[in-house]
Amino acid sequence: MDKKIYGLMAEFDTPTELVDAARQVRDAGYKKTDAFSPFPLHEIDEALGIRRSILPFLVFGGGVVGLLAGLGLQWFVHVWDYPLIVGGRPHFSLPAFIPPAYELTILFAAFVAVFGMLFLNGLPQPYHPVFNVERFALATREKFFLLIEAKDEIYDYEETRKFMESLNPQEVFDVEE
Amino acid sequence: MVAGFDERNPELKRAMEDIKEIQRKIYPPMVEGEHTFATVTDKISDVTLKRKTPFHWFIGFGIAFIIAQVLLFTIMYLVTTGIGIWGNNQPVGWAFDIINFVWWIGIGHAGTLISAILLLLNQKWRTSINRFAEAMTLFAVACAGMFPLLHTGRPWLAYWMLPYPNTMGMWQNYRSPLMWDVFAVSTYATVSALFWYVGLIPDLATLRDRAKNPYFRFIYAALSWGWRGSARHWHRYEIAYLLLAGISTPLVLSVHSIVSFDFSVSQVPGWHATIFPPYFVAGAIFAGFAMVLILCIPLRHWYRMKDFITHTHLVYMGKVMLATGLIVCYGYAMELFFGWYSAAQYEVFMIKNRIWEGPYWWSYWLLILCNGMSIQLLWFKRFRESEFWLFLISIVVSIGMWLERFVIIVTSLHRDFLPSSWAMYSPTMFDWSMFLGTLGFFFTLIYLFVRFLPIISIFEVRTLLPDANVHGHHQDFEEMVNEVEIEHIDKDKGKVS
Repeated sequence: MDKKIYGLMAEFDTPTELVDAARQVRDAGYKKTDAFSPFPLHEIDEALGIRRSILPFLVFGGGVVGLLAGLGLQWFVHVWDYPLIVGGRPHFSLPAFIPPAYELTILFAAFVAVFGMLFLNGLPQPYHPVFNVERFALATREKFFLLIEAKDEIYDYEETRKFMESLNPQEVFDVEE
Repeated sequence: MVAGFDERNPELKRAMEDIKEIQRKIYPPMVEGEHTFATVTDKISDVTLKRKTPFHWFIGFGIAFIIAQVLLFTIMYLVTTGIGIWGNNQPVGWAFDIINFVWWIGIGHAGTLISAILLLLNQKWRTSINRFAEAMTLFAVACAGMFPLLHTGRPWLAYWMLPYPNTMGMWQNYRSPLMWDVFAVSTYATVSALFWYVGLIPDLATLRDRAKNPYFRFIYAALSWGWRGSARHWHRYEIAYLLLAGISTPLVLSVHSIVSFDFSVSQVPGWHATIFPPYFVAGAIFAGFAMVLILCIPLRHWYRMKDFITHTHLVYMGKVMLATGLIVCYGYAMELFFGWYSAAQYEVFMIKNRIWEGPYWWSYWLLILCNGMSIQLLWFKRFRESEFWLFLISIVVSIGMWLERFVIIVTSLHRDFLPSSWAMYSPTMFDWSMFLGTLGFFFTLIYLFVRFLPIISIFEVRTLLPDANVHGHHQDFEEMVNEVEIEHIDKDKGKVS
């Protein structure tokens, strides 16, 4: 073979078949696996052994930073840099400072949620070997795909291919690097 | 299903059909017709990719675009001349600019309600209307933002509202509700845009994979950031989406609350009331649902989307409109009560002046007619289930909600504490052209959106199909019924033998 193989990919028609196959792949001991579906499948997380993301903690952190930034900004402006009495209120008038701090909490948390998700997912990633499989274009339409990477410890081209074919897929593809 | 079972026990068969009928009534299907993942994908993405742009699109877009030029002209004249071309002057210093600002931003709220709050409440019917409702939010906020910006008189200095270190040593006053507004509206616009865009990423990937034209393919590929539907990506995606919904919910409630603070924090009779935040939020959702109905009723006809935006969707939206409309009516009643109960002569005068003694009495009664009376029709199935009536009531409600802001702002300001400063307010031609222009701008953006992006969230509609369930894990209703049936057969057999 001239071309380097990134992994093997099996195509399925229904989510049930994909989840069943993913479970067998996990039980067979494969670690470097991935599944592709046209919509989120909750069952696949358990079937592939995907651990819960740390994203919620990052978002919480973003929110806390936003809150502190909001309060800090207003403290800096009204207490430190240019103390001025407006409407007879104290320099640090917390009730009046809540709305901007609240909005900044949400703004920072939202930025972390979106860009944190993209960052953890490694996006943007214009090129990926899976796109080399022609049928993979259907992963965003109706088909379900299961991938075992060549990097996996127990990967062996012939063995793994035979194993994947035993999972009842529509077809098994070589994914070229 | 056990083979040959139906013939053996017709009573049970009928009972099962009854159960299914009841189930259909309680949980009506959100996708009608026979659909698979592929047909859903094709039907929605073909509007963007394959189907010839319909003739009515050019007509509609053309008209909206011409009206948008009116906005451009008005802004040009306004910026070169000054805000004196508008009718607002002392004592009515806030008029069309704030009326239209509040009206537009209120309309946006329904989009966030549909996308965030209904997601948290697990309302499946949000799925097929959230995409264009969110687009509506964005475009409405864009229209809203123009008014306060231009009302500053020197929009080129608008960045003075943002906190940045400058050589003038100038800072904003964070104790002012107007400053809160800057933060609320800009956060709202940003988060709505993020939410909308995140929802679009998987669908943009679908368009990328289906587009034939290499240029469009490239654009959609760039916009989808290389999305490939990996299980790990979906996992984080869903967490991010749910968290965004979670933080958008308090956001949307806070935005209109803060908008209402612009009024209620002041001392002006008719503005200084604690009912304002909830009353404004309910009004915003009320107006927003009216606009969603105005947009989706023609859309489902023109683009044959009746399978996804079903009759049930319209009925549900009608019900939300009725519920929020009644909250708004409660707000009107409370305004009167507060005026009377305060026993303050200025408040009592304001109420009398607003309702029958003042020159703007007609606007109050028109408002009650539009917002209070018209929605009562929605109690009746006949009106609630008729597209024509829903459309008509939505337009009436949109006018009513505009009048509400007119009543609150103009009737409160034009006769305040000092009779010597009383005056009348009337809008000029440029007040009207500015408002009309934003309508044109809004519909121009809507038309462009309908043409270039999927109007319904494709990947979320796929999850509504029965095929999307993974079997063997959680039972669906039909499987449960089948099991009950099998148990019954066993019992029957036991009796017989």
